[in-house]
Amino acid sequence: MLRSAIGIILYIICAPIIGGLLAGLDRKLTARMQGRIGPPLLQPFYDVSKLINKEILLINNMQYLFAWCFIIFVVFTGALFFGGTNLLLVFFVLTTAAMFLVLEAATTNSPYSVMGANREMIQMLSYEPMVLLTAVGFYLATQIAFGDGTFTISKIVSESQIPNIVYLPGVFIGFLYILTIKLRKSPFDISMSHHAHQEMVKGITTELSGGMLAIIEISHWYENVFLLGVISLFIVCSKWWSIPLAIVVVAAAFFLEILIDNTSARVKWDKMFKSAWAITMIFGAVNIFILQLI
Amino acid sequence: MEFISFLILFPFIAAAVLVFTKNNNLRKGIVYTCSGIVITAALVFAVSYFVGSGGAPVKYLGESGVIHIIDYMMLAAELFLTVLIVVLSFKYKKYHAALLSVAGTVVMAWLELTGGAASAANHIYCDKLTVVMCLIIAVVGSLICIYAVGYMTDYHKHHTEFKDRRTFFFPMLFVFLGAMFGLVTSSNLIWIYFFWEITSVSSFLLIGYTRTEEAVNNSFRALWMNLLGGLGFAMAIVYCALKLDVTTLQELVSTSPQGAAVLIPVILLAFAALTKSAQLPFSKWLLGAMVAPTPTSALLHSATMVKAGVYLLLRLSPMLGGNHAGLMVSLIGGFTFLVASMLAITVSDGKKVLAYSTISNLGLITACAGVGTEETVWAGVLLLMFHAVSKSMMFQAVGAIENATGSRDIEDMHGLIMSMPMMGFIMVIGIAGMFLAPFGMLISKWAALKAFVDAGNTVLILFIAFGSATTMLYWTKWLAKILACKALSHKVEKKPSVGQWFSMFGHGFLMILLCVLLPIISVQLVEPLLAQLFNVESVSVLTPEDLVIMVIMLIMVFLIPLVARFILRRMKATPNIEYMSGINEGDNRHFRDSFEQSKNMYLSNWYMVDYFGEKKIWNISVAISVGVTIVCMGMVLTMSGGVF
Repeated sequence: MLRSAIGIILYIICAPIIGGLLAGLDRKLTARMQGRIGPPLLQPFYDVSKLINKEILLINNMQYLFAWCFIIFVVFTGALFFGGTNLLLVFFVLTTAAMFLVLEAATTNSPYSVMGANREMIQMLSYEPMVLLTAVGFYLATQIAFGDGTFTISKIVSESQIPNIVYLPGVFIGFLYILTIKLRKSPFDISMSHHAHQEMVKGITTELSGGMLAIIEISHWYENVFLLGVISLFIVCSKWWSIPLAIVVVAAAFFLEILIDNTSARVKWDKMFKSAWAITMIFGAVNIFILQLI
Repeated sequence: MEFISFLILFPFIAAAVLVFTKNNNLRKGIVYTCSGIVITAALVFAVSYFVGSGGAPVKYLGESGVIHIIDYMMLAAELFLTVLIVVLSFKYKKYHAALLSVAGTVVMAWLELTGGAASAANHIYCDKLTVVMCLIIAVVGSLICIYAVGYMTDYHKHHTEFKDRRTFFFPMLFVFLGAMFGLVTSSNLIWIYFFWEITSVSSFLLIGYTRTEEAVNNSFRALWMNLLGGLGFAMAIVYCALKLDVTTLQELVSTSPQGAAVLIPVILLAFAALTKSAQLPFSKWLLGAMVAPTPTSALLHSATMVKAGVYLLLRLSPMLGGNHAGLMVSLIGGFTFLVASMLAITVSDGKKVLAYSTISNLGLITACAGVGTEETVWAGVLLLMFHAVSKSMMFQAVGAIENATGSRDIEDMHGLIMSMPMMGFIMVIGIAGMFLAPFGMLISKWAALKAFVDAGNTVLILFIAFGSATTMLYWTKWLAKILACKALSHKVEKKPSVGQWFSMFGHGFLMILLCVLLPIISVQLVEPLLAQLFNVESVSVLTPEDLVIMVIMLIMVFLIPLVARFILRRMKATPNIEYMSGINEGDNRHFRDSFEQSKNMYLSNWYMVDYFGEKKIWNISVAISVGVTIVCMGMVLTMSGGVF
């Protein structure tokens, strides 16, 4: 109980800091890959603090409601995750959060926003099966490892003797694949990109400005930390050495995403959808199937 | 016992009265009163059951002379129905329906008249599942009847081309309710079959209400598919009577030896249930049922008809775990869940989306029953409850919107929250209830997924993983359409009648009540119900931790809008026009095109027809499901070797 309370509080306080730093690191690395010097590491914080002080221009009030719902549910998702509760429930709440972002965009009735909302829905369609299979994978892995399958994150961590990635290599690859979609990295940044020079302006966030945009930005930091937390769950177990190992793996995964972001061009939605489902079947489903045979 | 016979007989009496009620106001009064009486009777029945027997199963009506008379009366009624079907089939030249109907009746008549049917120890059986079903049928069904009064008045104002047959329509609604009460309270298989056939025939008559060519074709499709299932049911009864000496459903379920000859009637009954619940390959009839006026759809999709199928499956579920009958049911269910949810993405007709979603959700319940463990059936029962309420509500809302705006297309519901705020609100509750956390459907899906993992069925896990994604897409895009705030929208003047409002808000209230009370319902009602069904000491599906999280989420759902409102008041925002690359005409509705002309901006949904279109996946899905059905039935027949 105490441990989960600490986990939740640490997440709520530290996640935006870590998330912001990661965003800064991302921009720095990206710049270096493109042969630029890039902004200072703390640039995302400067951006957000500037946004907060700016005037808010909105189309209608419902945007407020859904944007707030989005950040609350994102934080709730992460809190449930770092509080060590049920993994399946965490993913369901995550879906609900994503849906609020879609609604925020759709409610504006503005062409670019709605286009972004539609594309975001396709993104959800693409990654959702793999997300659910990830939860199922952990359940089966723990079932094999200590007899009693569980979705409870604290149990997955405290009772596993070896990193669960041993049982879940396929699921890990599948999750990495959809992580690109969730982190809004090219080639799958079709609903919203951090770069405004695209055919759909800023997609789902087109009609957000000032403080509301800052809120969305901060919730993405929260979300990114949570997603990397899921990556670390593949590694962390009851052994001490798993924690540094997890940090290395998370860092590697993060670097890989940035590398992919910078080396690939955006694809059309149908390619994303088809490839995501194919990867889910090839890596996720086959992995699950093998686990059930054991 | 008195309450049960009242519940079964009263709707028939009400129907008889309504046949002779030509005056619209008088009819309104009678329908409202009778609906009220049915709801009250069901509530009293539920309370008296829990107080009277403490929740233990109760059996009524042993073998006696009176029962024999009732049996013969039922046989006579069945012959009447057969004659009716034959006459109508010849009139519309649909001979296959006549053939199926005659076949089923001949089998049953032969069994009863030759005395092949062993005498049953009891005819009426009542346990917690019965009570739950009765409450669903009474509350949801009666509210639909109330709704129908106002709706049908509007309907005939708009559709002057159809003959006003309300003196036929309302009696049929009540007959339907009566038959459903009979179905869920009966224990004798022959009685269940009798009520089963009544629901088939009355749905057939209701679907054909308008008597257009399409309606007639669709009604006959519904009829022959259900009669085919009914034939399976009849064969199951004959097999039970002659080979197993079993006459009641409860006896059948308690004869537990797995893999033995008992699986033959089980799989035949399951087959009948699959046709009734519109599972693949028999889904077409429910889609065709859309041609009927909306109350019919609401009734068929929520409280009655399709629920009869899943009810039977839930009753059979203790027999379905880990054998080929269960495999058939769970695979067909899971497959239907996925395929129907994909198809729902591709259509824009609101009623059609609802129809596909019904088929899809029933697929999930079917899959739960087919796996046949306590956890899955827990999920199945809860899904059944939530689905009945929210689906009925949404059908009514779509019907009311159609009457007010002349369209039930989702594209035309763009900005519904502005043009019809209350209807939009009702739709939002309904849709949220269907797939969002923390509403009941999602909790049930969660339990189902966990149970499927425990059951070790990878195929089912994949069905649910992909099916959840597709389900989410079609609901979210509908929700997004409704919540789009279109500038300068005008409120639609035309409003539904008071009765319609009453029914829809009643459903909305029920929906929220079910969500709030979910932990209590689960612990107090559903878990004991499962213990009865599976004949075990106790069942516990939800852990205390899960309950705590659910309560937190519920509070969040109710608190967030309040808090958000509070924050919104303090925040300063400047209204802005939408970004349209500088060609916004300034009213957020028009843009300036390349000829400097003002053009209306129109935003459409995605339908992904190239991927999930009916043309693309329908035939292959039917082929696969037919294959699964045939293979599994063949396996059961050969492995138990009972046919020969």
